[in-house]
Amino acid sequence: MDLARFCSSARVFIVAGKGGVGKTTVTATLAATAAGAGLSVLIVEVEGKSGLAACFGRPPLGYEEAELAPRVRGRTLTPDEALVDYLETHGLRRISKRLVRSGALEVVSSAVPGMKDILVLGKVKALELERAADVIIIDAPAAGHAITFLMSPHGLGDAVRVGPISKQSTDVIEMLSDPARCQVILVTVPEETPVNELVDTAFQLEDRIGVQLGPVVVNACYPEPGVAASVEEVQQLADELGVFVSRREATDLVAAAEFRRERYVLQQQQADRLAARLPLPQVRLPFLFTAELGSPEIDILAATLATQVEALPEPSWGRVTVP
Amino acid sequence: MSEGVTFEDIVRGRHIVVCCGTGGVGKTTVAAVFAAEGARRGRNAVVVTIDPAKRLANTLGLDALSNTPHEIDRRRWDPSGTAPTGGRLSALMLDTKSTFDHLVATYAADDDQAERILSNRFYRNVSTALSGTQEYMAMEKLYELHEQGGYDLIVVDTPPTRHALDFLDAPRRLTRLLDNRIFRLLMMPTRAYLRVASAAVQRFLRTVSKVVGTEVIDDVVAFFRAFEGMEEGFRNRAASVLALLAEPSSSFVVVSSPRRDAVEEAAFFAERLAESDIPVEGLIVNRVHPAFGDEGVEGLRARAETLAEKRSEAGRAAGDGAAPASRLAELYTNLADFRQVAERERYHMAGVKARAGRAAVAYVPFLSRDVYDFDALAEVARHLFTATATERARAG
Repeated sequence: MDLARFCSSARVFIVAGKGGVGKTTVTATLAATAAGAGLSVLIVEVEGKSGLAACFGRPPLGYEEAELAPRVRGRTLTPDEALVDYLETHGLRRISKRLVRSGALEVVSSAVPGMKDILVLGKVKALELERAADVIIIDAPAAGHAITFLMSPHGLGDAVRVGPISKQSTDVIEMLSDPARCQVILVTVPEETPVNELVDTAFQLEDRIGVQLGPVVVNACYPEPGVAASVEEVQQLADELGVFVSRREATDLVAAAEFRRERYVLQQQQADRLAARLPLPQVRLPFLFTAELGSPEIDILAATLATQVEALPEPSWGRVTVP
Repeated sequence: MSEGVTFEDIVRGRHIVVCCGTGGVGKTTVAAVFAAEGARRGRNAVVVTIDPAKRLANTLGLDALSNTPHEIDRRRWDPSGTAPTGGRLSALMLDTKSTFDHLVATYAADDDQAERILSNRFYRNVSTALSGTQEYMAMEKLYELHEQGGYDLIVVDTPPTRHALDFLDAPRRLTRLLDNRIFRLLMMPTRAYLRVASAAVQRFLRTVSKVVGTEVIDDVVAFFRAFEGMEEGFRNRAASVLALLAEPSSSFVVVSSPRRDAVEEAAFFAERLAESDIPVEGLIVNRVHPAFGDEGVEGLRARAETLAEKRSEAGRAAGDGAAPASRLAELYTNLADFRQVAERERYHMAGVKARAGRAAVAYVPFLSRDVYDFDALAEVARHLFTATATERARAG
């Protein structure tokens, strides 16, 4: 599939997954890939303090947009920020700070289930409509929360049948259920429990929210190992080549190779099991052995993502459940 | 060298163990390991889980949320029958809403007050959807189990959040909400001067009710009217819970992975607890890569390069000379890669260990499969509770 087409197949990508699978890394990677394909990108951090800016070697994000890389900007948009923003644009600028401090805001927003989430999504919808960037990528809350987050407009219930919040909800639902406007990219690692949870999340998202799921990203995959060797074989190789390898070092070489092989097999099994249980295209990103994840590493991952996306057939996704 | 606390000390002697850390590091597993080990030592142990993975939940006999612990058949966690007689193991999956309901029923003056609150729509939202309620109720459940008596060891899992500190900060949202002075002022319409003083708030409420509907505001006011008189009970209860957590018989164990973000979260958490004079007693780092010796990464990469050059020379000379050099180069590159990971992980772990003071420290390696049955829990336990484990951790 053409890379630029993939990156612009939706105006908003929501990156979701269980804690610890590398959502933030994948968000940064997707952004770098899209930027590389010539698109402008806005990353929105919903939970705050996610280390996303560090992936680009920049200081932490704030409510104002900041440049992270050429064609890539980022900002935070936490539920509290969205609520204050909403009040300020509805004539309550002067007292909004006092209301926050006194806790009255907290009380009211607790009164309407998911109100803050609806406001965050409403702001995202506003950014999408004003075309703040060619591609908007949301670094969503961790899996379980992602579901309540995306369910929020559906969960309004009887309490709020009319009025601005209700209208926001309707608009947000429209955006979420339109594949051309919004897609969810689920992220996991190739291990048993994360894979199980991803499958559950995927079915819930489709059944309860009706949002389009994009390719699934399997993160931190060990590259394919070479042929196995024993300690004796290693020492034989060394002799043949006329180099010295101590027994201790030979043991370490073999142990490291064995470890890699064992985990590689386990990982492949899990990634294949995921493919069997969830008929969505898969992209596998490598585990990077280097030091901290920064700009150069994100570029490597972006290049891998680009190659894999280009290898995907088109159109590359449909629904996983029969409507 | 000064003697610090060990995991042995904790599992044998502490009354309460709270497992903290970010989501995705294996907190629930560690909580289950502690409880199972406590039972194996002859203690009556219970574990409070929040959101266990399905297979672990099955192992613990948890198929539904519940308010009361479910005891696990001894033959499952002690198949060889070697645990002392007093050993018992129970588990529960926290039901946030019904724990809150129970609390309301306890502090209400009468059934009528309780009913008015429990049927209030605002209360229903807060008891399920307000962030921080789950953390608050986990501690409340811990206190209930403690008050009930009978349990020697109560192990509590904490909700999976991006930030470990949410566990300490989030419950305040609920207490602030219940304590909210503005709404309490509104409940006294007969005091005219108060009405004037809260003109700004009235204006705010009018605007908000245009946005969310008047019914919502009515629900909120009705809740606070119904809740009147219960604030003090709640406040005292919260204070008792905190006092219990501050006792020497309560222990905080931080669970982490070697990743930089998890380690940072663990460190922030330990520092924050230290500020309240509550020491973190244990630090467990899960999913650690093996060290594979102690060769420097650069040296190994240099060797790989030399061998790769040999390969190209051999290639030019044709024949099979290419294969051995290339195979050996690959092995060296692989070892260099894993040494690099190991070095980075140990660097992070040393950092957090330094901020953990005299805490017991244990590193649990990658296991070849997910941990969800009692055998696997026992395997993790071997990395925490044996003398060998303690020494290895002390050494570094």
